[in-house]
Amino acid sequence: MNRFTFLAILLLLSGCAKRETPVETGNREKILHLGNLSEPKDLDPHVVTSVSAGNVISALLEGLVAEAPNDPSLKPVPGVAESWTVSDDRTVYTFRLRANAKWSNGDPVTADDFVFSYHRILSPAMGSPYAYMLHLLKNGRAYNLGTIPDFEQVGVKAIDSKTLELTLENPTASFLSQLKHWSWFPVHPPTILKYGRMDEIGTAWTQPGNFIGNGPFILKAWRQNQSIVVQKNPLYWDADTVSLNEIRFYPIGDHKIEERSFRAGQLHVTGTVPLDRVQYYRENKPELLRLDPYLRSYYYLLNVKKAPFNDVRVRKALAMAIDRKKIANFVTRSGEQPAYSFTPPFIGSYKPPMLFSTDVEAARKLLAEAGYPNGENFPATTLLYNTSDLHTRIAEVVQQMWKDNLGIDIELENVEWKVYQERRKNRLYDIARAEWVADFADPSSFLDVWLTDGGNNHAGWSSARYDDLLKQAASTDDSSEQNALYAQAETILIGEQPIIPLLFLPSKSLIQPSVKGWNPSILDHHPYKYIRLEE
Amino acid sequence: MLELIPVLLISITIVFFMVRLAPGGPFTSEKSFPAEAIERLNQHYGLDKPILVQYGNYLLNLLKGDLGPSFQYPSRTVNDIIKETFPVSLELGALAMLFALSIGLLAGIVASLKPNTLQDHMPMGLAMTGICMPSFVLGPLLILVFGLWLGWFNASGWELPSDRVLPVITLGAAYAAYISRLTRGSMLEILPADYIRTARAKGLSEATVIFKHTLKNALLPVVSYLGPATAGILTGSFVVETIFNIPGMGRMFVLAAFNRDYTLILGLVVFFSLLVVVFNAVVDILLGLLNPKLRMHA
Repeated sequence: MNRFTFLAILLLLSGCAKRETPVETGNREKILHLGNLSEPKDLDPHVVTSVSAGNVISALLEGLVAEAPNDPSLKPVPGVAESWTVSDDRTVYTFRLRANAKWSNGDPVTADDFVFSYHRILSPAMGSPYAYMLHLLKNGRAYNLGTIPDFEQVGVKAIDSKTLELTLENPTASFLSQLKHWSWFPVHPPTILKYGRMDEIGTAWTQPGNFIGNGPFILKAWRQNQSIVVQKNPLYWDADTVSLNEIRFYPIGDHKIEERSFRAGQLHVTGTVPLDRVQYYRENKPELLRLDPYLRSYYYLLNVKKAPFNDVRVRKALAMAIDRKKIANFVTRSGEQPAYSFTPPFIGSYKPPMLFSTDVEAARKLLAEAGYPNGENFPATTLLYNTSDLHTRIAEVVQQMWKDNLGIDIELENVEWKVYQERRKNRLYDIARAEWVADFADPSSFLDVWLTDGGNNHAGWSSARYDDLLKQAASTDDSSEQNALYAQAETILIGEQPIIPLLFLPSKSLIQPSVKGWNPSILDHHPYKYIRLEE
Repeated sequence: MLELIPVLLISITIVFFMVRLAPGGPFTSEKSFPAEAIERLNQHYGLDKPILVQYGNYLLNLLKGDLGPSFQYPSRTVNDIIKETFPVSLELGALAMLFALSIGLLAGIVASLKPNTLQDHMPMGLAMTGICMPSFVLGPLLILVFGLWLGWFNASGWELPSDRVLPVITLGAAYAAYISRLTRGSMLEILPADYIRTARAKGLSEATVIFKHTLKNALLPVVSYLGPATAGILTGSFVVETIFNIPGMGRMFVLAAFNRDYTLILGLVVFFSLLVVVFNAVVDILLGLLNPKLRMHA
């Protein structure tokens, strides 16, 4: 090497000093960098279904009610509506909208905007996947399915420009909490109509520059698969509370890449934590790791239309032969809780019934009664799951437990995501792994899954009594009575065991110490207007 | 260039029917939504029509240059997505190619000048490592050292100019290695030739001898390798785009396949086929310019 090359290399190296990371710059300029897992399909609240889209939308739009900054019970607080009244029969809600609620172009947010928005999502031609959330409204379902052509008959009415009246089909105790879901958020009618018909999907209105919202932030840039940038909306009615100047959402689908980006100082908060890194952070940097209770139930689905799973004794035996504590403490090790019910035990005051526990002796006995003593002659069975580290680890240990405890051999079958969904939907499985994440904080968000006509009831199980109890619970206003009805319903569900509850999974994230106000939330919602960054 | 039409038609036909054979559709999702909603979406995108009608419509639209709407991203058409992602992949690919050529040629020339000495073994040993090391090993290794330990670069993303450095090296390394071996080989063949000795005898400077007389002819195999290399860089970029979370076309392709975004998969196949055919044609022309023998032959 001659002197020149040596000098050149030296110069090059000296130019590459340690850089200021995006997190450091962000702390100074109040720019929050968030890992958002996947690229949103769209930013239209009437089109999207994913959590990642919901995260961005919650920065751009605001519904009638909102969430308080630090309230684990997620009690609804005033949003666009500053107050509301409820009729004696609990079916008519009258919302008074804030005088100073504005769209980001300066237009006032009116009751008519909500009427337009609910008309839009319920329009049959929209094919909106979450339209069913609005089936709560009187005639909402009928209009959505096209049996009533006249929207006037749906329970949505603008009394005047700032008073909105919503009439429900039945009294629904969880109504206000459901209003926090983005399917109930308003859209700006002139913007929708500028870029297409009211019920047209995929128009340009959600693009930066076009998007008019009423939330604490406005859409600044959307570079597909790269980042979505929102910046503070000065016209937001509560702009004084908003501390951040900007939020950048990064769609990093690979958990390992996301974690590396966090370590490189590019993210303030990650969307998740890779399974094999949780232990490292717990031992070495516990201050960066957050594992919070979350409404996410992980379970195995049994095909009850097929032998031997049509025998409740077999189903119970399988459920009782699994040691959930062992799985949580030695296999997954990321703050999971053993599940003996479908509903997690931390939704408000509801305490799900505890109907079984790990009991290998009893399980063996039940299996013998069903005609398979020591697992003899047990039909060939496969356990279906989609490719993922977590599912594989759990499946392998459950397979081993069933072998050791019951003497039955189960084959594992690992398939790609869409293949798995298709097979589960068409009930082409013996046992399938599944999970449920609630849309709103109420036991009904879990228990409604197993209604006879529930679109996600893939087990083929049904019970008229169960349906009836949930219907009663929905129209009950007294919370202790309602909880009792939920508990009765869940007792039927778990008693018949079409599903094997396994774990309640936490929300996992890595978070920089500079982020303040990122409080635990069982829906993993973190209202951005309350988030602060410290230098 | 004329082979383009049958090539395209065959690839479109195969892909069009194959993607529909894969289980699941564009609207299969974790939470099941009401059948009516899915039906409406199918109607909206014409997926309720007989498959041959869909095929015919696709070809008709293609003639107009319209690759259709994306199922996964309703507010963007496939044309929009290509317009947005291709420049990213192009930048990554072009920089990687530039890196591969400059490092590869330099190492090849240096090695060929003193064959079988340390000056030869060092770069060639490195080149061998480069060829053998897959990008999914090299990428994370570079991130670990330069992103996490030294803190010089971001570990992922495509926001800053400096975000280009690690992906470009990762993508270009294997090609640089291959090019250096090609260059060394052909340089060694040409250096003992009579006309090189003549050039030296005329008293030309060593630089002129190497760069003007030797390299021009030694480049031929490298140039013919550029066609497949470009295609390889373009189609291979999806690994690097995934490792560094780069919003390019390769990563989009992979996502489209997982999402069963039929039109997006097809649109990208059409676009990739076009690219490969065009690049091969460009290389043919370049070779003709460099080598009079080929020109006369044609």
